[in-house]
Amino acid sequence: MPLSRNRKGRQMELDLPLIWSFLIAFSVLAYVLLDGFDLGIGILFPFFNKGAERDYAMNTIAPVWDGNETWLVLGGGGLFAVFPLAYAVVLPALYAPLTIMLLGLVFRGVAFEYRWRSRNSQAKWDLAFFGGSLAAAFCQGLALGALVQGIEIVDRAYAGGWWNWLTPFSLMTGVSVVIGYVLLGSTWLVLKTSGPVQDKAYDFAKPALWSFLGVILVVSLWTPFLNPVFMSRWFAVPQIFYTAPVPVFVCVAALVLFRGLKEKRDGSPFMASVTLFILTYVGLGISFFPYMVPPGLTIWQAAAPDESLAFLLAGTAVLVPLILIYTSYSYWVFRGKVDPGEGYH
Amino acid sequence: MAELFNAELLARIQFAFTISFHIVFPAFSIGLASYLAVLEGLWLWTGRAIYLGIFQYWLKIFAVVFGMGVVSGIVMSYQFGTNWSVFSDKTGPILGPLMGYEVLSAFFLEAGFLGVMLFGKNKVGKKLHFFATMMVAIGTLFSAFWILSVNSWMQTPAGYGINEAGQFIPLDWFAAVFNPSFPYRLVHMVLAAYLTTAFVVGGVSAWHLLKDRHNEAGRIMFSMAMWMAVLVAPIQIVAGDFHGLNTLEHQPAKIAAMEGHFETRKGAPLILFGVPNMQDETVDYALEIPKLGSLILTHDLDGEIRGLKEWSREDRPNALIVFWSFRLMVGLGFLMAGLGIWSLYQRCRGKLFDTSLMFRFSVLMAPSGFIAILAGWITTEVGRQPYTVYGLLRTADSLSPIDAPAVAASLLAFIVVYFTVFGVGIVYILRLMGRTPDFETGEEVPDAPLRTASITPLKGLRVKDASVPKQEG
Ligand code: HDD
Ligand code: HEM
Ligand code: HEM
Repeated sequence: MPLSRNRKGRQMELDLPLIWSFLIAFSVLAYVLLDGFDLGIGILFPFFNKGAERDYAMNTIAPVWDGNETWLVLGGGGLFAVFPLAYAVVLPALYAPLTIMLLGLVFRGVAFEYRWRSRNSQAKWDLAFFGGSLAAAFCQGLALGALVQGIEIVDRAYAGGWWNWLTPFSLMTGVSVVIGYVLLGSTWLVLKTSGPVQDKAYDFAKPALWSFLGVILVVSLWTPFLNPVFMSRWFAVPQIFYTAPVPVFVCVAALVLFRGLKEKRDGSPFMASVTLFILTYVGLGISFFPYMVPPGLTIWQAAAPDESLAFLLAGTAVLVPLILIYTSYSYWVFRGKVDPGEGYH
Repeated sequence: MAELFNAELLARIQFAFTISFHIVFPAFSIGLASYLAVLEGLWLWTGRAIYLGIFQYWLKIFAVVFGMGVVSGIVMSYQFGTNWSVFSDKTGPILGPLMGYEVLSAFFLEAGFLGVMLFGKNKVGKKLHFFATMMVAIGTLFSAFWILSVNSWMQTPAGYGINEAGQFIPLDWFAAVFNPSFPYRLVHMVLAAYLTTAFVVGGVSAWHLLKDRHNEAGRIMFSMAMWMAVLVAPIQIVAGDFHGLNTLEHQPAKIAAMEGHFETRKGAPLILFGVPNMQDETVDYALEIPKLGSLILTHDLDGEIRGLKEWSREDRPNALIVFWSFRLMVGLGFLMAGLGIWSLYQRCRGKLFDTSLMFRFSVLMAPSGFIAILAGWITTEVGRQPYTVYGLLRTADSLSPIDAPAVAASLLAFIVVYFTVFGVGIVYILRLMGRTPDFETGEEVPDAPLRTASITPLKGLRVKDASVPKQEG
């Protein structure tokens, strides 16, 4: 029984695809921030001394990493649910980087438990933790770049080649995400640790900040040239009044972060890095909107029927606040500096 | 040979490979999470430290199993899109929200409280900790609920329409979620998870009882496991029978393949063993019991059972695989019930801990649940071929527009990584199971810090044979 639905006709009601695009964006942002510091610590792992220092760094995230990664599942699963067409074209287009990302997540995920199970192979699992984190972060950046560049669609299917995701731009975004995660990770350690681990974290955060600002600049200048739409978004006359504050706020956040590091504060560097991330994310959002998959697929074209969106939204409205409450509770239980002597393991 | 390994076949192998690994871990953690909740509840209720000891013993194993379940699960949730994009586009409007609910109601719940459960013992009170354990256990059950609804919808679709883009769209959510095969599959799978765990616990405790039959913790675990075996295994057989009747109603071709029937017959025999031959449409070397097949499936000696010849060749599932995987599962189910009854007999005679033959058999049966689960799923999934959405969407039409080399490369990578990573994980689990559960009984340990995955033994928890840090391989 074929059913046709006229979306326009119901626009006077809630614009469900639009609401969902914000929810998915929120979930991806939550993932990037939360798993960002997790993965960042993984990337920094080799720079900490074997044994106590690494145990200490890992203990700051051991109780929360699984919850952090669940936002990735929500991002992917949510896309499948509410924008199935986007899910169906983006995932094949990013086949290789996503596969490598998943394998990276396998390695780093099991390392949390495995490295305590055998002293002799601890070094190997530390390496797996580092390699897996680095691979996952880099591939996420590649995927982001490939998406921004645009994905070719014909007849509801990906129509590009197998290597289209690999370009100078996507390599650049890959590196950017790695650097950004290192910044988040090091400032998280500043917040949660003390002693030599914290000292090292201060030392990592500074170069990470400078390089992150550098790559933000490069990517921001590069993006508008990829697609005329992005260009008009940023530089056309009325829009520029909305977009101009973004770089200004970036400068402010960077300044706060820089001072926090210089004055050796505990909390402000992490908060400022989070703010930086949110700002760059908003900047990307400005370029993207209203596309789900540039250059051709808008939010409304990609969306599932309203019945699907409404059904899931009802539960989301109840469950996401609940999730935020108990996730905060769990962070609250493990609040403050982690005590190196105590260690959980 | 080259065209044999086309992208479709490779993608199917990849899906089967990754999900077979995934299912093993969640099945164990569904059962183990509930077992841990029971143990902690018993500890809080009776105040006996030994329950806390057993809890901590299994908690470390749970942490490793759960981690493997999570990472293999994340792979699954992306595989639909990478390899089965047409399927995703078409079924997303129905299956996506169900999986979305799984993430929101189950995965976050598990993950949110897992940290407190594993690491929070000395940060929150006993009651709150128990609450966290309960939430993790409930989360695993929610997870089973939603994912089995998804799978069952693919087997017995309901409550849907089809729009002009060819997508399945929801018309009646209740009918879609509680589709015809779902209640049966949910009951059967959750019982399977509990049985699997019971047999692992039974096998591990029997192993330690063989060395020292006075080990107090070993006795408690063994006794609990055998109660599960005697109570749950027979229920599982009944549930399986109902499941089969439901399948007969909705997927008769699958039943024909499971039973090895090619001809449609009244008063069909039960073929105990044989080799179904898809080419010649016969069962070679068949060993039959007359009329029993009809009796089991229609509860009537002369009931009619449809044979595979009713379907054209390209619509038939592979009878050889399904026939044997089904027998493997059923055989193990009866062996499980058999062990349960044996233990009940010995228990009544007061000799539950005096029979080393029964301990040996229990050790042998430790992996039986995993094997039965895999066999059951192979029956289910191969039996519904050649469709991904039964009767509506063919497997061949579900595939992503991908090239065989890309799938082959990723398949190879998954095989190498899974065998090494999960292989090592299984070795670690076996080592953890090798520790003698030798706890001080006596008085309760007040607020002992609970450290999962600890290398240093706990205060108040003597681990005699801490054979953990040895060189492997
Ligand atoms: C410990 C595990 C276990 C045990 C002992 C059994 N099963 Fe099972 N079986 C499963 C675990 C399982 C499973 C893994 O959970 C499956 C796969 C899909 C499903 O819904 O359940 C399954 C599927 C499955 C199916 C296929 C349903 C379909 O059409 O998709 C049937 C007919 C049975 N079972 C019947 C039985 C019978 C008659 C058993 C009695 C001995 C039995 N099972 C024991
Ligand atoms: C193709 C099907 C499946 C997909 C896409 C899938 C997806 C996932 C994902 C993404 C996770 C990780 C969640 C997290 O981050 O915490 C996970 C874990 C889990 N899955 Fe699956 N899953 C599938 C099949 C199953 C089946 C058949 C069951 C059991 C009936 C199951 C039960 C669980 C459970 C209980 C967990 C929690 C982790 C654990 O217990 O090890 N899943 N799954
Ligand atoms: C968890 C235990 C499971 C096992 C061991 C399993 C096993 C298999 C096997 C062996 C195949 C290949 C069938 C063939 O090629 O003939 C397959 C295919 C498939 N299964 Fe499952 N399956 C499981 C659960 C699930 C679940 C929970 C879902 C959905 C949520 C699912 C969805 C699919 C899909 C989409 C395919 C690919 C298309 C196909 O070849 O049919 N499976 N599975």
